[in-house]
Amino acid sequence: MRLAINWFKYSAPSTFYGLAGKLIPFFAWPAAILFAVGLYIGFFVAPTDAVQSEAYRIMFIHVPASILSMFIYLIMAGYAALGLIFKTRLSSMMASALAPTGALFAFISLWTGALWGKPMWGAWWVWDARLTSELILLFLYLGFIALQASIEDPRRADRASALLAIVGSVNVPIIYYSVQWWNTLHQGSTIKFSGTSMHVAMQQSMFTILVACWLYVIAISLARVRSIILERESNTQWVKELAEAK
Amino acid sequence: MNKLSLFGLLGLVIRRDLLLAMRRRADVLTTLIFFVMVVSLFPLGVGPEPDMLRKMAAGVLWVAALLASMLSLPRMFSADYLDGTLEQMMLAPQSLTMMVLGKIIAHWMLSGLPLVLIAPVLGLQFDMSVQALWVLMLALLLGTPVLSMIGAIGAALTLGLRGGGVLVSLLVLPLCIPVLIFGAGAVEAVNSGMDAISNLSLLGAFLLFALVFTPFVAAQALRISME
Amino acid sequence: MMNWSEFFAMNGYGFYVWGSYGVALLVFIVEILMVRHRRVLALRQLRLLNESGDAQ
Repeated sequence: MRLAINWFKYSAPSTFYGLAGKLIPFFAWPAAILFAVGLYIGFFVAPTDAVQSEAYRIMFIHVPASILSMFIYLIMAGYAALGLIFKTRLSSMMASALAPTGALFAFISLWTGALWGKPMWGAWWVWDARLTSELILLFLYLGFIALQASIEDPRRADRASALLAIVGSVNVPIIYYSVQWWNTLHQGSTIKFSGTSMHVAMQQSMFTILVACWLYVIAISLARVRSIILERESNTQWVKELAEAK
Repeated sequence: MNKLSLFGLLGLVIRRDLLLAMRRRADVLTTLIFFVMVVSLFPLGVGPEPDMLRKMAAGVLWVAALLASMLSLPRMFSADYLDGTLEQMMLAPQSLTMMVLGKIIAHWMLSGLPLVLIAPVLGLQFDMSVQALWVLMLALLLGTPVLSMIGAIGAALTLGLRGGGVLVSLLVLPLCIPVLIFGAGAVEAVNSGMDAISNLSLLGAFLLFALVFTPFVAAQALRISME
Repeated sequence: MMNWSEFFAMNGYGFYVWGSYGVALLVFIVEILMVRHRRVLALRQLRLLNESGDAQ
């Protein structure tokens, strides 16, 4: 039995299509379960906070969403770079499959940040360094999606948006630190929540929801990449013979 | 066949672009007039109190400079793209990166440099101190080339797309935010009595960083768009 | 905190907490529906292609 798995077997869209189809439930259901567990810990086990009583529970969705929006952008740039350098179509498809999910997580992070900011800082929108960087990250996502949408030829669309994603990812740290500098100059450091010792249940809840979000992202991007494969490979033979295409 | 050195090529491309632009002088002025108009709108919107204006002068001038340079970006490659010279340039045995650098410098001389020269005059509208005006000019001198360079990548990526103008701004503006922050920050530092050397040196760092990478990346973007 | 009315009130912050989680949940549901919809469209397109293919 040949032990070495030929990883490249799955880098072809045709074989990956079937594999992704089988994998989705293995990511989707654990994501739902972990979400429920995380929320349960967050709302029933974690104690009321001395400073903010209940408002801090928004943190359990806000922090994972922010972390994910940043990482998805870097992973998207990575796939895009792979697709650009090795000309592997599947990598570029994965990049365009991840972009909408990343943008939505950036939106969730901004939305929950604003709703958390209202009770904590008294204003819907505060030019806090993290929130501002998150807003710029959302613009980078929208730029990527807009560029890809405005080019008809999929090949050029992939390669052009890949270059933009790479340039964007180089700029993310520069933007973050310049916003950090800009914020401390104008407003002084805002309340650092992570400074205070977080109750263990809070950490458990946040970590569980973070893992749940990761599984969700994998499931949803696999599902979206399958549709992209169908759209782009529609004239290939293997797609024609697909059961669901009859 | 005389061997054209790299810098010879650079000079050739810059001269060519400037010559072409001078034939249609209106385009050069549109950027400048747009900048002056946008800056002059703010006092009308915000009110004439000098201390208010002085406080926001740097930000207004820098945002207007950013928008003005976005305005002329699509024209950087589109003329050559339409009449096919861009294709010839890419087929030529010369280095495309140098040609792109030449086009960036030519674009900057047409859209960035005028802004730098006229900014102090507009600064007076905002009752800025002479010292602040000097730092503003220096900051713009360092910052506007970076806007042209990053803009070149956007212009190359959106070559020949309909609605390219707006798309370029959407792609490029987020990447220019650090330049905006430290550019406006330099003037503000002077206003609040600190020296602006740290901001200006950072702007210089951005300039060198962009000078090294953007021509190559823009050349790659052109290859992608022209396939 | 076992009775539900207190739970939903969230000690006065209910609007913010459930506003956040509600919108987050909504975004997930909408995204799932959009991906499903995209798949339906792709498959419908394929069937059209196949039919026109068989017809020739």
